[in-house]
Amino acid sequence: MAKRTPLYPCHLALGAKLVDFGGWDMPLHYGSQLKEHHQVRNAAGMFDVSHMTIVDFPDPDPTRVLLRYLLANDVARLYPGKALYTCMLNDSGGVIDDLIVYDRGDNGYRLVLNAATRDKDLAWIAPRAERFNAAWRERHDLAMLAVQGPEALAKLEAVLDAPTLQAVRASGRFHAVESGGAFIARTGYTGEDGVEIMPSVQDAPALWNRLLDAGVAPCGLGARDTLRLEAGMSLYGSDMDETTTPLVSGLGWTVAWQPPERDFVGRAALEQQRAAGAPQTLVGLVLEERGVLRSHQTVHDGDREIGFTTSGAFSPTLNRGIALARVLAGVGDRCQIEVRSKRLSAQVIKPPFVLRPA
Amino acid sequence: MSSTIPSELRYTETHEWVRSQEDGIVTVGITDHAQHLLGDLVFVELPEAGRVVTAAEGCAVVESVKAASDVYSPVDGVIVEVNELLADNPELINEDPYEEGWILRIKTSANLEGLLDAAAYELIAIDEDEDEEGSLTNAKLAG
Repeated sequence: MAKRTPLYPCHLALGAKLVDFGGWDMPLHYGSQLKEHHQVRNAAGMFDVSHMTIVDFPDPDPTRVLLRYLLANDVARLYPGKALYTCMLNDSGGVIDDLIVYDRGDNGYRLVLNAATRDKDLAWIAPRAERFNAAWRERHDLAMLAVQGPEALAKLEAVLDAPTLQAVRASGRFHAVESGGAFIARTGYTGEDGVEIMPSVQDAPALWNRLLDAGVAPCGLGARDTLRLEAGMSLYGSDMDETTTPLVSGLGWTVAWQPPERDFVGRAALEQQRAAGAPQTLVGLVLEERGVLRSHQTVHDGDREIGFTTSGAFSPTLNRGIALARVLAGVGDRCQIEVRSKRLSAQVIKPPFVLRPA
Repeated sequence: MSSTIPSELRYTETHEWVRSQEDGIVTVGITDHAQHLLGDLVFVELPEAGRVVTAAEGCAVVESVKAASDVYSPVDGVIVEVNELLADNPELINEDPYEEGWILRIKTSANLEGLLDAAAYELIAIDEDEDEEGSLTNAKLAG
């Protein structure tokens, strides 16, 4: 049977359309994916992301050494309360997963990994953690709710005491606040301000219902996908995987090359690719005519096929088809995409598609 | 999921509905069941009026947030009119699949008796509702 999050009964009560996602029964939408998308862009929405994998490393010192080796970004850049987005690479520089690591000071580090990659991630991490004497445990006892949108922080008044909310407001993007057992991070997957809260499995349904009563719209994985795509955020398994490096996936900015003496898994392969010049690049495509883009459509520059789309959708905010595409380096500012045997013209942009003031 | 299946219309196994009018013209759209399965529609690719079509030939495409789906002509004939409103308002198909959300009109001499009636179509829709409890083909979503 598929796994269910502690909020599963809440989804049923709201009439969610459920789908299988990575072995989990998850809400796709609660009636209209488009309305949910707009709700997050214009007000506030919430997502059950309890299926994601939370791993805690309680010992700061051995873990810092481990993570500086295991991750392509450098946790030495962190300080207590700060978060970092990074890839975890294999020896060829391919992406095993992308994740967020939180520095919890004396309490060590917290990693949030994808749900669909859980088994291989933990199989990769376990022997390396052992070698560095870094203890870890998976937090099955925690749920995770993302509350996102321009009104997200205001809506948190319904669930947080004033000092905690003040601390969250003061903390800034990509920071986390811990208070009375709750973990509240200013992170997300929509491009909007907001938080990801990790309550206990027991507390999660009450938290969800209080946010619901406060007017936060429940949103499913469908809206989550179009929101992250508009924000130019990568989806593991679509935009990058073990056969692609961060350099051909628009994620070169997440690789910490300095200091040069830091040895991290995949470094040699990445340096080689960087020296030779990455053969491809991940770009954003905006369709200039009516239509919808999907993944795995071929991209052309005149007679030449130059790549393919890795994610595609109809952007509810722009009212246009948009896509991320891996194309040959040196692509111009226009291209054509093959959609049902027709070539549609598109503008090539650097993501994000939808800009937000920070 | 329960969807509306008007008794006066005819249907295809591929989820088109057909309404016959005078002068051998039929109106075609997709069923309430079909729009439920697709989710929010965001684009409709319409054919040119005047195109000759044969039964079961793809003659339009509806795209939702989830997937693209062909609309098949239920009969042999000539397309005489398309619903231009759908170009800017594809959501009409979600909101009112049997009236405002019509897709095209075909002039035909075909007998509609060969198509499914509401009772026969309902059996197909019910079967699918049960199958649909499983996974989504477009499984690459988020997180």
